[in-house]
Amino acid sequence: MSYATGLKYLKDGVLPHMWCPGCGNGTVLGALLRAFEELKFKKEETVVVTGIGCWGKADDYVVTNALHTTHGRALAFATGIKAFNSKLNVVVLMGDGDSVTIGGNHFIHAARRNIDLTAIVVNNMNYGMTGGQVSGTTPSDKLTSTTVYGNPEREIDICTLAEVAGANYVARGTPYHGWELQKVITEALTKKGFSVVEVISPCPTHFGRNNKLKPALAMFRWLKEKAIPVEKYNPVTYPREEGYFPIGRLVDRDAPDFNSRYEEIRARAMRS
Amino acid sequence: MQQEARLIQGNQAIVEGAIYAGARFYAGYPITPSSEIAEECSRVMPKVGGVYIQMEDEIASIAAVVGASLAGAKAFTATSGPGFSLMQENLGLAVMGEVPCVIINVQRAGPSTGLATRPAQSDVMQIRWGRHGDQAIISLSPSSVKECFTLTVQAFNFAEKFRVPVILAADEIVGHMRENFIAPAPGELEVIDRKRPTGPPDQYKPFVADEDGVAPLAAYGDKYVFHVSSSMHGPDGYSNNSPANATWRVTQLHRKLELHRDEIVLTRSFYTDDDIEVLLVAFGATTRAARAAALEARKNGIKAVVLQLITLWPFPDKEVAALGQNSKMIIVPEMNYAGQVAGEVQKALGSNKDIRRVNKYNGQIITPHDILKVMK
Repeated sequence: MSYATGLKYLKDGVLPHMWCPGCGNGTVLGALLRAFEELKFKKEETVVVTGIGCWGKADDYVVTNALHTTHGRALAFATGIKAFNSKLNVVVLMGDGDSVTIGGNHFIHAARRNIDLTAIVVNNMNYGMTGGQVSGTTPSDKLTSTTVYGNPEREIDICTLAEVAGANYVARGTPYHGWELQKVITEALTKKGFSVVEVISPCPTHFGRNNKLKPALAMFRWLKEKAIPVEKYNPVTYPREEGYFPIGRLVDRDAPDFNSRYEEIRARAMRS
Repeated sequence: MQQEARLIQGNQAIVEGAIYAGARFYAGYPITPSSEIAEECSRVMPKVGGVYIQMEDEIASIAAVVGASLAGAKAFTATSGPGFSLMQENLGLAVMGEVPCVIINVQRAGPSTGLATRPAQSDVMQIRWGRHGDQAIISLSPSSVKECFTLTVQAFNFAEKFRVPVILAADEIVGHMRENFIAPAPGELEVIDRKRPTGPPDQYKPFVADEDGVAPLAAYGDKYVFHVSSSMHGPDGYSNNSPANATWRVTQLHRKLELHRDEIVLTRSFYTDDDIEVLLVAFGATTRAARAAALEARKNGIKAVVLQLITLWPFPDKEVAALGQNSKMIIVPEMNYAGQVAGEVQKALGSNKDIRRVNKYNGQIITPHDILKVMK
């Protein structure tokens, strides 16, 4: 098999991209486009839905169908697309703001509904595009431009939230682990039901600079050290309080998705 | 085949009108006094091969409607004032992305939660200007159960034809009113579908308008690949922040409706006369009180005429001016405090014309008597 480049899904003439040096977004986009190629996704049958923020700009680089939406609402737009046309591959690209901060309610309900979407959530633990403010995923005590004395709040664990809310597939990756990331994205794209891939990603411009992780390389070293393959991970050896987190496939189950359930409802309605 | 007359509710007629127009997707969140629309859709949509989905809130509802529309559905939602407020940002996306969709706003009395089960006509300006930024929009207002049906069909037709969200400004009175209704036979009312692209897929530009000011719209899943964006975008749908592009985009959004202004602006006049003594300018359910008041006035020899504004936005300024200039007295009854429509009537007629306002904002209906009082 030839090595997938994903280039056929990348718009001509858009490189270099607009993301900061050291940002993980380019790597995540590369993994996504290579996964498209690996799965032979047709551009016509694929819709990339994005929210607002750094990762929300990703639609500018793709040549599939796309819908760039309002902040926090990407999953709701995507739900309408998929609910009406179940044949489409609908991929939703969100940051930590879109997915679980402003958009937290939509995230919970997309998972509960188990609608057959793939959410690729780039979590850089702060609001990059607006200047590095605190997010719902900023860890306690971390410094951001709106928590200059430390974050008084606790962070949301996106994968745990997705699991308890009912997602069929949940995985975590990092841009440091590029090949593994592509693998879980490919799995998520083929999985029926709601799939989430959380990518813990560096934001050297804001989060790293504010939290003694300079230069950009320091954030990649931090990912290398703290991200533990789920097969090896246990919370005693790798305590969450010290910043360790498991990567890889965390949840994989087969509850019926929304469209399949709705087909059953239609059949019942026809009989009544 | 002639349909039978049935006693049905305005909200039910709206659903029947939507299905008649080809709607196959409904996403909504229940809110009084629009909830019967959701309930009826949940029953009917799966039977006609469509989709009903109750979303987690109104923000998500309009988002899902926009998504489904881009996937090729005739899609709609229904709500009331508070829910309509929540929809505004994503409604702006529908304007910006030129996504056909219909929003039913069965108005109730506010502010805020207000009188949740009582009627009002106080969202007229919210419908026009509730979203941020420059935008053009269409709104129609029904006064009867029959118009709940016909104007819902019309709303879908305008939405599809002009790639624009259309807001049906109903109110609690027409939504919950029951009247005898005979459904039009299939084919009796015109049903318009959006213009689809026909050229080679690699040349499709979703925002390049034809001569009629409207660009063809593909559906996700067709052979045409396309981008839609809430951000300022170029003819191909990709981001473009240049001043020249922004000027072109915003102009396009307005121009397509301006080009077809006379087709979009619908009015109806009752008891017309050459020399009008009293012109009653009314819309929605208040049209009924205005007509009763005009008939009563005519019994006393007063030449009273009613102009019903079926289209609220774009505002029927020419139509108002045409009748208003020849009238000795102009009265605008409406169920809001500030006279949201009266202000537009004043703009249409100029400041030297005296407009008498009849405003009620206590959740009670405007009666013919309320209107007759100001004729004296």
